Amino acid sequence: MSLLGDTKNWVEVRAEGVFIKPLKAYIDPVRPVERALITHGHADHARAGHGTVIATPQTLDIMALRYGAAFTNNSLPLPYGERFTDNQVTVSTASAGHVLGSAQIIIEYKGTRLVAAGDYKRSYDPTLTPFEVVPCDIFITEATFGLPVFHHPDPVDEIAKLMRMRALFPERSCFIGAYALGKAQRVMMLLRQAGYQDPIYIHGALQKLCDYYQSQDIELGELLPATAGQRGVSNPELRGKIIMGPPSALGGTWAHRLPDPIISFASGWMQVKARAKQRGVECPLIISDHADWPDLLQTIEDVNPRETWITHGNEEALLHELTKRGRVARALSLLGYESESEE
Amino acid sequence: MKQFSQLLENLLFSPRRNDKLAHLVSWLKTASGDSRGFGVAAITGDLNLPHVKGKMIRDLASSATDEVLFALSYDFVGDLAETVSLLWPKSEVPLNSEFSIEDIVSQLQKASRKEAEHYMRHWLDHMPQTQKWALLKMATGGLRVGVSARLMRLAIAEAFDAAIEEIEEVWPLILPPYHDLFDWLEGHSERPNAEGRSVFRPLMLAHPLEEVDRQKYELSHFHIEWKWDGARVQLAASEEGVKLFSRSGDDISAAFPELVQPLGWQGVLDGELLAGTPECLGSFNDLQQRLNRKGASKSQIAKQPVFMRCYDILQTGQTDVRDLPLKERKPILQDVVADLPQTYFDLSEGVEAKGWDDLTLLRDQCRDNPLIEGVMLKDKNGPYQLGRIKGQWFKWKRDPFEADLVVLYAQRGHGKRSSLYSDFTLAAWADTDTGRVLVPVAKAYSGFTDVELRKLDKFVRDHTTQKFGPVREVEPKLVVQIAFDSIHRSPRHKSGVAMRFPRFHAIRWDKDCEDAAHLSELEHLVT
Ligand SMILES: [Zn+2]
Ligand SMILES: [Zn+2]
Repeated sequence: MSLLGDTKNWVEVRAEGVFIKPLKAYIDPVRPVERALITHGHADHARAGHGTVIATPQTLDIMALRYGAAFTNNSLPLPYGERFTDNQVTVSTASAGHVLGSAQIIIEYKGTRLVAAGDYKRSYDPTLTPFEVVPCDIFITEATFGLPVFHHPDPVDEIAKLMRMRALFPERSCFIGAYALGKAQRVMMLLRQAGYQDPIYIHGALQKLCDYYQSQDIELGELLPATAGQRGVSNPELRGKIIMGPPSALGGTWAHRLPDPIISFASGWMQVKARAKQRGVECPLIISDHADWPDLLQTIEDVNPRETWITHGNEEALLHELTKRGRVARALSLLGYESESEE
Repeated sequence: MKQFSQLLENLLFSPRRNDKLAHLVSWLKTASGDSRGFGVAAITGDLNLPHVKGKMIRDLASSATDEVLFALSYDFVGDLAETVSLLWPKSEVPLNSEFSIEDIVSQLQKASRKEAEHYMRHWLDHMPQTQKWALLKMATGGLRVGVSARLMRLAIAEAFDAAIEEIEEVWPLILPPYHDLFDWLEGHSERPNAEGRSVFRPLMLAHPLEEVDRQKYELSHFHIEWKWDGARVQLAASEEGVKLFSRSGDDISAAFPELVQPLGWQGVLDGELLAGTPECLGSFNDLQQRLNRKGASKSQIAKQPVFMRCYDILQTGQTDVRDLPLKERKPILQDVVADLPQTYFDLSEGVEAKGWDDLTLLRDQCRDNPLIEGVMLKDKNGPYQLGRIKGQWFKWKRDPFEADLVVLYAQRGHGKRSSLYSDFTLAAWADTDTGRVLVPVAKAYSGFTDVELRKLDKFVRDHTTQKFGPVREVEPKLVVQIAFDSIHRSPRHKSGVAMRFPRFHAIRWDKDCEDAAHLSELEHLVT
């Protein structure tokens, strides 16, 4: 695919991802490359095996937690606001408001500024610094929730829904499925803010990342390892308690070994009732770490780029709307960012 | 609407009946006024808002957003009301006032079509999303939250600490928003009663007879009769006139004018509606020509006669006889039926059997008579009670027929199943001029588990050969074993036969479609 105007000599869209030619670096490449710029630690954006990784210190920490210290030969931390220059290209980062350490990657070359926002959101998240608007020429946006049906409600109301459900069924345990990086910790903080003081029991898959968040001074309260139960007998201590685990535990036997669990799932996809029903979710929580439709459009208005490139998600609708608004927009149709279905 | 929409969402997402019950009870205890009554009616499907139909919702949808965005959204969401509720633009001027179901229903009931659309727009403009969804679902009468009227009555009984039997008895007497019901439950008035009215009384139902029951019970305790393959009906006669009700309590009098002529008798009869006359029985297929119609012409009545085969009596004159044992009700019934017009009413005769072995033989023999589904066993000393009472009434159906058929088409289901291919068209082999081909003989959409359904859905998606709107044609390779109650000739079907109540018995992933049934084998079973 060829790109318009003054970028065609220095930006290419390749199967691996968006390639910045003079920097010899890919943004969030989906397979191992020599040099990678990583927006955030989610598995589909941050993969192991790159020669050099340029990312925020927190994203580098998270990658090391997930893949082990040898996830790359060479890591180059780039905190928000700092910059480095190589072969006339200046690279810097700004907060994307998506998960801890998530960054927009800002590339400046010969007077043109390109911002790859990675995944981002604009709504309130007590675990991190908010999204920063960086005006630019080329804005690369995601479109995970790029349909006008997505208006994420106030997460505080969603948590209140869960609390009402618990009050109605005080004898039942409550399992909340949430993405291990970002969503789980955000939900924990929302629970704390809603006044839930008891320990939150967590599935082993959340342990490392929760520990990391806490090491970064993000107060999640008391977390205890959860033992659902053994040999078909549920653990009676978990009655009336909140247990959290990864979305993959929703359908499995683990969550269903809990004492009479209310199955809950914190995800933007819970907006669509059939999706919640399909996953057997009894208390859907529409809580997303991505921008919803109005926020996608608002962000593009705020950033006001000459061109908007759409990486992944429901790009068709966003492309249509932007074109209708007289903006220059194109879908990059990148493949390989599928795990959004769990976010 | 806030509480109600939350209730609907909770009901939709509760997988278990008991949890649905808990949500209903909790709502019934807090809801008030006519919002409660209309809410109950909306859930049980007894609320009729004539002006708000699918067409209006589609019109509203097209004004909410542009065509492309609507199409992409609808495709993703899969449900019209939900799509519109999500797409409707947020109002610039939010109203703080809460719209009650009471106001919404009473305004819609009085409104013209045009006014109704105006109101809908106004509400959609000012409601939060979940309420919009609830409003659209409620107004179009398609809630589909998995609550039967029975479950609602159980919830009412529990919420107000009343006996379910009483709620069942009162139910046919009341109309939304059910003032008489709630006034009585809250102790402000007497229980509504049926005096002087021709209303439906709750039916006594039968349990299927199990192997253990045959060991547990002495056959001599039971009155035995044939289980007729017609439609269960109840006839109620009072000063209000004569009315005929279906099994579920729907008034079907209009379809059977010959049965609801003045009888010179008042009371309530329980029986089976059959085609033909007492001397010359018709088939179930004949009966179907008369069922589910709004009326019947003189020529239809002459050409396709029906009659009621009576097997029980609940009331005669002003006397409620339900508390009498069956052996005392039967003679009363006999006397009453003797005086009714004999073209339209007769008595279901008893069957004699010396013991279980004898009865087993009789039951197997009834395969020869297509109008007999098996036998009924009723405790001679039992009163007439509502519902299925342990050890009282049993039905013992003869074994169903079975056939191996090939899945040919699949269609997406409704409600909870709307994302899954759950309705199947099944075919048997037939020899034609052009060779051996598969011809559709049945449609089935039940009898499989949720796990099996997901496997079937995957099979359909993986083996689709063509799409026609919501229907997918699949490669003919999956064999399913179908059970069905009977099969008869039907000129309306290409195969020339139609099955009664076909359902999945087993999915034969192991079988080759070459081994599926041949149409000629099925024709042998035609009754
Ligand atoms: Zn992400
Ligand atoms: Zn992503």
